[in-house]
Amino acid sequence: MRSARSESKTCAEVARGEGMKYFARAMKKLLSANEAVAHGVLHSSVRVAAAYPGTPSTEILETVAKLRAAASFEWSVNEKVAFEVACGAAMAGGRAIAAMKQVGLNVAMDPLMTIAYVGVTGGLVLVSADDPGMHSSQNEQDNRVLARFARCPTFEPADSQEAYDMTRAAFDLSEKFRVPVILRLTTRTSHTSGVVELPDEPPPARDLLPYVKDARARVSVPANAKLMREAAERRTAALAAESEASAFNFALDGVGGTAFVASGVAWQYVREVFPRCPAFKVGFSWPLPVEKLRAFAKGKTRLVVVEENDPVIADGMRAAGIDVYREQTPLRTGELNPARLRALSAELFATPAPVAAAPAAVPPRPPVLCAGCSHRGVFHVLRKLGATVCGDIGCYTLGAAPPLSALDTTICMGASIGNAMGMRKAGLGSKRIAAVLGDSTFFHSGMTGLLDLAYNGGKVTVVVLDNRITAMTGHQDNPGTGRTLMGEPAKEADIAGIARAVGIGKVFEVDAYDLKEMEALLKDCLDGDEPAVVVAKGPCVVNAKLVGKSVRKTDETKCVSCGACFRLGCPAIVRKARAGEPVNGRDWAAGVDASLCSGCTLCEQVCPKKAFSAAE
Amino acid sequence: MEKTNVNISLVGVGGQGILLVSHLVAAAAMREGFDVKKSEVHGMSQRGGSVTSQVRFGEKVFSPILCDGESDILVAFERTEALRHAGLVKPTGRVLVNDMDIVPVGVSMGSVPPAENLDARVAALPGVMRIAALPLALEAGNARCANVVLAGALASWLPMARESWEEAIRARLPEKLHAVNLKAFDLGFAAASGEAK
Repeated sequence: MRSARSESKTCAEVARGEGMKYFARAMKKLLSANEAVAHGVLHSSVRVAAAYPGTPSTEILETVAKLRAAASFEWSVNEKVAFEVACGAAMAGGRAIAAMKQVGLNVAMDPLMTIAYVGVTGGLVLVSADDPGMHSSQNEQDNRVLARFARCPTFEPADSQEAYDMTRAAFDLSEKFRVPVILRLTTRTSHTSGVVELPDEPPPARDLLPYVKDARARVSVPANAKLMREAAERRTAALAAESEASAFNFALDGVGGTAFVASGVAWQYVREVFPRCPAFKVGFSWPLPVEKLRAFAKGKTRLVVVEENDPVIADGMRAAGIDVYREQTPLRTGELNPARLRALSAELFATPAPVAAAPAAVPPRPPVLCAGCSHRGVFHVLRKLGATVCGDIGCYTLGAAPPLSALDTTICMGASIGNAMGMRKAGLGSKRIAAVLGDSTFFHSGMTGLLDLAYNGGKVTVVVLDNRITAMTGHQDNPGTGRTLMGEPAKEADIAGIARAVGIGKVFEVDAYDLKEMEALLKDCLDGDEPAVVVAKGPCVVNAKLVGKSVRKTDETKCVSCGACFRLGCPAIVRKARAGEPVNGRDWAAGVDASLCSGCTLCEQVCPKKAFSAAE
Repeated sequence: MEKTNVNISLVGVGGQGILLVSHLVAAAAMREGFDVKKSEVHGMSQRGGSVTSQVRFGEKVFSPILCDGESDILVAFERTEALRHAGLVKPTGRVLVNDMDIVPVGVSMGSVPPAENLDARVAALPGVMRIAALPLALEAGNARCANVVLAGALASWLPMARESWEEAIRARLPEKLHAVNLKAFDLGFAAASGEAK
């Protein structure tokens, strides 16, 4: 293999051979775009950073906390609150940032649509980390469409260096135009690490900009809002001029009449697959720099727009009367990659089409609930009781997979309670209807649904899987953990207390590992005549490691190979070949993988023959 | 330009320390002045699922991801994953396999059949080298260093100097783990170098 070992300066210069140099640089670090945004925050004199964890955005606030990059930083209870906190800080004259995944912005849309009218004093940046390809999301919405909807200028970094540069530029732009700026990342940029050049000396810290009470400017009642709306349109015209002049929007010369326009990580694929073609990089993507694009289009025979998911840039260009090539190669759904652009190349230049490798004949390895997970027992009981179960967003969504097959629905954060109520009110025949959600999801948006259940009634049992952590996204603190992101102690929110306070009569707490108690309780609640809440308590096993007394073992002579334990879907329960004669015609018996077992004892509780016991 | 890039895919099972190794490759390459990109996917994949990370370095790297037939090197931390991702390797590429199995849950529960002829199929991978990382990790002093054993073996195929790897290890891990991991790295490097002779 040939190496490209050359002088480091040369490589760095080649690496930064395109794009703008927004700041003088002196130091190099290997950073993901999420980490680069946090470094941008560190170097922008930010007062407040707020977020609710959500893949792929989570590491932004985690890194802000690690760097202590803002004066104050928090895990908010949800994205709406996170953004409202950031809006408040920006109205007060401080710089602020809120970060969320793409569906999180749905929750924060309400404040976004109006803060864009009201405007800000301190710079306000909203990070939307979209998830083309749905690596860890329930939908593939392209939040670039919201830029125009909310009238907020938008930057789309194509790598970690741009994520840093654009974060700093976003704060400046926000203050210049008194408008929130959207920084749109994607899973691929968020979770790709690259070389980032940073200044040795961060800029000096800044005080708050002066705050002057101005109700006409900040109280969005109709009389004021009508004026704000007109102002927002004038601002958009000024922003269009700014985008035309922005160095984040630039053209590269090339050979031939076929030219490309791309934004975000799609730019990297264009440069990879079509390195010699003329290309226009859109970095400041709303308002779209249509005049610059019109000039670029001059003399080109075909203008091919490569963008992930929705045709936002292509439609913007067509609306401006610029002719855009209509490709036949499907590019609209899923994540783009070099192979898909090679398929496009086959269409454009009759190059050989890429050949995908035949899928290997190997067993699948999907993600599963961990051995010893405190959610497993709840799902086991709900399945046994034949309940219709509206699920929610978290690790426990994995309970939908066989063999637990425990969920009927999953829509969005907090939807379980409303969905279950709706099913009941529609008259669904199912005798037993449950809503299942985690502690963090309950705090995020389950509480309001529960209040509605208490208020409007409905025979629904809400099970809160309370593992005292936001587990799926990597164990972030929440109001139930008793600790803030800043590392300070906080009052632990009491879920049963909240349920009682909103007016639920039947509220119980149960040990998530006690199947007998759980079954009796859930049966009573599901068959009762009123709303009920069951808080199933058990710490996340990834944090707690051993949840029970000790690892389990099996006794082959007692096992009758009935398979009851396997229906728990525990990765620690394995088939092992019998040493003795087959039993019930089966040559295998249940065994325990001691390296995975957490000692939760569920297997012992479901085994009809007492084949499981504590190992020494 | 693209010809000079080194393209590596690392695959395995959540919890095997794949992301640490891809970080070490990227950090060592950056130290030597290469442009680097390292991609990974978090989230659902952490719960015992199949995990992939990719590293590319060279004069200038554009795409952070590699598609089928684009990797010079595939590092598989587990044999079933080696077969699952074998399509990523160039026909002229090489495969480094950790000679161990983590049985997929579906197989251990009896709901899906195991991979057939696993051993023969692994042996037939292009330019395959097998390293049993666990015994070497135990020799170094900690079973959890198996991933760094593989990093050492991989290093024998790459242009970066040992100092760059050492610096990457020291910068990434807490001090009390430096000695054991450096030993694991050296054992992996030596095993792969011996194998190649």
